Amino acid sequence: MPLTGKVAVIDLKKGEITETSIPEQLRRLYLGGRGLQAYLIYNHLKPGADPLSPDNVLVVSAGILTGTMAPAAARTQWGGKSPVTGAIASSNMGGFFGPELKYAGFEHLVIKGASKKPVYLWIHDGEIEIRDAAQLWGRDTIQTQQLIREELEDEDIKIACIGMAGENLVRLANIRTGPKDAAGRTGTGCIAGSKKLKGIAVRGRLGLRPAYPQKALEYAKEAIDKIMMTKVAKAMGVDGTSFIWNVTNSSGLLEWMNGQTNRFPFGDWHDMTIERFHEEYSLGVAACFNCTVHCRHQFRLKEGPLKGAFGEGPEYNTQTAFGTFGLNNWADMLQGWHLANVYGIDTTEWCNATRGVMELYQRGIIDKKVTGGLDLSWSNAKETTPKLLELTAKNEGIGAILGQGAKGIIEQLSKYGDKVDYYIMHCKGLGKLGNVDRVQPSFSLGIATSTRGADHLRSRPAIDHYNLPEPVLEKLYGGKVSSDYTSYDGKARMVRWHELTYAVVDCIGTCKFQTVFFSPNLPAYEEWSKYLEYNTGLEFTTEELFEIGERVYTLEKMINHREAGHTRKDDYPPERSFREGHKYGLAPVKGRHLDRKKYEKMLDEYYELHGWDNDGMPTPEILKKLKLDKEPSHII
Amino acid sequence: MQKVITVDYEKCTGCRLCETVCSLYNEGVINPELARIKMIRLEWDGMQIPTVCQQCDVAACMAVCPKNAIYRDNELGCTKIDYSKCIGCKLCIQYCPFGALSYSFEKNRVIKCEFCGGDPICVKYCETKAIQYVDISSAAVPKKRDFAEKIVMEVSTSETP
Repeated sequence: MPLTGKVAVIDLKKGEITETSIPEQLRRLYLGGRGLQAYLIYNHLKPGADPLSPDNVLVVSAGILTGTMAPAAARTQWGGKSPVTGAIASSNMGGFFGPELKYAGFEHLVIKGASKKPVYLWIHDGEIEIRDAAQLWGRDTIQTQQLIREELEDEDIKIACIGMAGENLVRLANIRTGPKDAAGRTGTGCIAGSKKLKGIAVRGRLGLRPAYPQKALEYAKEAIDKIMMTKVAKAMGVDGTSFIWNVTNSSGLLEWMNGQTNRFPFGDWHDMTIERFHEEYSLGVAACFNCTVHCRHQFRLKEGPLKGAFGEGPEYNTQTAFGTFGLNNWADMLQGWHLANVYGIDTTEWCNATRGVMELYQRGIIDKKVTGGLDLSWSNAKETTPKLLELTAKNEGIGAILGQGAKGIIEQLSKYGDKVDYYIMHCKGLGKLGNVDRVQPSFSLGIATSTRGADHLRSRPAIDHYNLPEPVLEKLYGGKVSSDYTSYDGKARMVRWHELTYAVVDCIGTCKFQTVFFSPNLPAYEEWSKYLEYNTGLEFTTEELFEIGERVYTLEKMINHREAGHTRKDDYPPERSFREGHKYGLAPVKGRHLDRKKYEKMLDEYYELHGWDNDGMPTPEILKKLKLDKEPSHII
Repeated sequence: MQKVITVDYEKCTGCRLCETVCSLYNEGVINPELARIKMIRLEWDGMQIPTVCQQCDVAACMAVCPKNAIYRDNELGCTKIDYSKCIGCKLCIQYCPFGALSYSFEKNRVIKCEFCGGDPICVKYCETKAIQYVDISSAAVPKKRDFAEKIVMEVSTSETP
């Protein structure tokens, strides 16, 4: 029988575990993954809870299709209330953890309360044990996984765990699994640390039974063939997400020195390219569960104190994170990347924090008294990065400030100058990536309205860059959308469509990179309906799935309003995007920044499409339509 | 012509699709634990090695079976289990030098790769062609070619005395 995965509510204080199955009525409303997770957060989180208190919840959710025959259905969603932003915590990771959780008989874990002493969860074949983690406390994210496998005598156990950062309640701490994957953003590792939960080990031999085995098997092949026909799948298989770096760099679409310039200021950018990585470091590529695209680079560090260490990654987002504040070559970037990974630090948030604080130092807003004697000049980045990462993991000195993430840094450093919140760039308290959003209304609106804060994986319409013919766009989005990426016309429609669509992807549990994220030729609603029917037996039309996306996004909005008081004022990109244009790059990029009036109009349109009022609040009518008016309903 | 499954672990990305399709096709359930091909992932060294029955000519599993339940299918070139004879003693699992046989705890019986009746599903789904189903006679030709190329490289780059 398909869909046997249970929800386990685990109270770490009392040591109690209750298990429930998932009623079909909730499946039809929320599918699973990120959708059911939003439901569980809204229903189980004590309203107004301090994110670091036992009243917070850590919810772990496999997608409804995770572990099935749907291509690349590898994803696990982590959430709760974010220690970084005070709004929803929400982060999605790949690897092999989610499928194994499903094979062990569980789909969602709601972890409540806090343990007095360090523990880890051992979940296997329908059973959950809370085990002592005294011997694991203080270990890094790789050692922890190795030690648990040793202790339980099974090398096939999959583990998600925190490192030193999570243990020390560093707000931007993440949760790691395997050598590469992380639930990176919004501080889920800090929530785990606050519960003294070192990790979760899973092993399953129960398997999953598709509703239509033959069709599930055959359709997987059809979909894989379609995916592998696209150019983007081929490029990703060689270069990973970095395939796009050379283009964005030469177009002036990357920000350096915290967005002060869009032209590489640190010497020769050729040392940063993926071609150079291939020459110097690449050991080949690996894949996540059931993925034929295989975008994970493998490497070994060649110098420094970590010489010989094996790692996976790096991503486009490594280049645009560690590269932006002065690490101008792979040796330094990979060292930073690997250190952050073993400490359990979110590289995106940390790098935004670091480059922001470095600009404060450059402008004399803070000095060595604040940095603990460290010279935070851009030219000194190679020297300071390992030290700053270590201080962050230990939650000491300047590291204790960086580890707060954007919101906390602004609160702590604003006493040194009134422009701190201008230079620490963020949306809803979550730091932004190192790419140029300000020339592109769709990207700016996307990071601004994203429910978890500034982030590209919630709605980024990457295909806005492709200059697709407008009839194609109209067909895809159901209305007129300009093919000019600097235009505001129709971009509210575009962003909303991607928000809802990516929410559906995160409910399903397949990788976004095998969807319309990268190409209109990659799988979307029609294919997802078939994945769902053949694997689970549940039938959904495109419209029904789209409405689930709207429901999930709106519920996340309700969580943010309840927990953080978010309204229209929280749906703006960083102020810098309105005031400063960049000097370099392609003609459409040069000098362009956001126009406030046009942005406001776009935001109005966006709210209208969602059925939200002018303050960004869902109206009673839309809540009723989406069956959200009775929440929290406490069905599970 | 008899065929054999070859594994080139350098091409393997460790995605485990071979395991999921094998278990679904042969056992009707998505459960890597019940696959006849097993992915060994040495995560901290970046190695992914699919392991599968080598279909030995002098097969330890056949030799050790007290009931002669394992026999050779001469047409396909693989060894198969005759479940009407098998008593489930599991000696074959213990004696196989490659650990290629496993035990289905769902159906309570030994399982092994039998080439899916001549069209192995793992091969069909392996996108990087790390797993291939090839004629025995030509299975080693790519290796011979690699070796020959290595000699050419050495000759062409070595200094003349």
